[in-house]
Amino acid sequence: MHELGVTQAVVELAVERANGRRVTRVVLEIGKLSGVLPDAVRFCFDLCAEGTAAEGAALEIVEPPGRGRCRSCGADVPLDGPLGLCPCGGTDLEWIAGGELRVTELELTDV
Amino acid sequence: MCKSNGDGHPHHDHEHRHPNGHGEEERATRVRVDRAVLDKNDRLADYNRGWLGGRGVLALNLVSSPGAGKTTLLERTVRDLAAEFPVGVVEGDQETDADARRIRAAGCRAVQLNTGVGCHLDAAMVARGLEELDPAPGSVVFIENVGNLVCPALFDLGERAKVVVCSVPEGDDKPLKYPHMFRAGRVVLLNKTDLLPHVPFDPDRFLDGVRRVNPSLRVIPLSALRGDGLAEWYGWVREQAARRQPAGV
Repeated sequence: MHELGVTQAVVELAVERANGRRVTRVVLEIGKLSGVLPDAVRFCFDLCAEGTAAEGAALEIVEPPGRGRCRSCGADVPLDGPLGLCPCGGTDLEWIAGGELRVTELELTDV
Repeated sequence: MCKSNGDGHPHHDHEHRHPNGHGEEERATRVRVDRAVLDKNDRLADYNRGWLGGRGVLALNLVSSPGAGKTTLLERTVRDLAAEFPVGVVEGDQETDADARRIRAAGCRAVQLNTGVGCHLDAAMVARGLEELDPAPGSVVFIENVGNLVCPALFDLGERAKVVVCSVPEGDDKPLKYPHMFRAGRVVLLNKTDLLPHVPFDPDRFLDGVRRVNPSLRVIPLSALRGDGLAEWYGWVREQAARRQPAGV
């Protein structure tokens, strides 16, 4: 359940960036290959935000799809999870998208 | 406003004011942030890497499920390698200092970190642990992570490499079931090979799973209890130790 630590990091980052203002919305990117479960982050968010400048903030999670490049034939392959298969049969895929775990946007309100 | 996160990519935060219709005194500002969630951990991990590098210390992060045999492996490793280079251990567990006591009894310095409810070590905890351990220049430091095949995959501690320990009784399906961990590892130690005659475990199925998840992952089968395969593990540690910077011995 590393999502608790991840969510704490999200709240800390938002509160630090808010610099005394109230955080009213957080937009988070959690890629399909990141190893982080969006539902678990949603579950933890209110708990982690309680008592901070982000208390009551809305949480919006965007889930970029996974994409890999086959090291055998060079094709771009969509990835639903960490175990991908290229149409050429190759399983050695370089992840080029889907590993994101980033705060992309905040909405801040003057207190 | 520009900030560097240490990876050379500047962050551009742009503020745009959007009146939210709740009156003059409450004005919402939308801010583009674009910052990695684990940015702080990763910066601390870089700090640890610099701290270790400055002392010529090699740090390896041992990760596994509980009961895979990390501590037994370390007891044996400490006994066998302590004559070659100073060895230190940072122990991570939710509770108790039982493992640190076992490692000290094996003959090396050990610091115990307790994570409480936490399921993994992070770079800040390890920074404190390293400071307390105060490893001699040229040491090899083993960081024994909390037993967990999921969470520690995500957290860089500043180590040279993650060493995945997986044991025969856990089953040959682990690489496919826990791909993030096997992807994050540089080497996997398949422990408890002495139990192969007694439990259903197909080594080929295990190796196929490893290749599927991480084709560059090296597999070293061994038995920490009986000693089979340890020479190859020690050889790998020596290879890594030879690349310590800059004060390598």
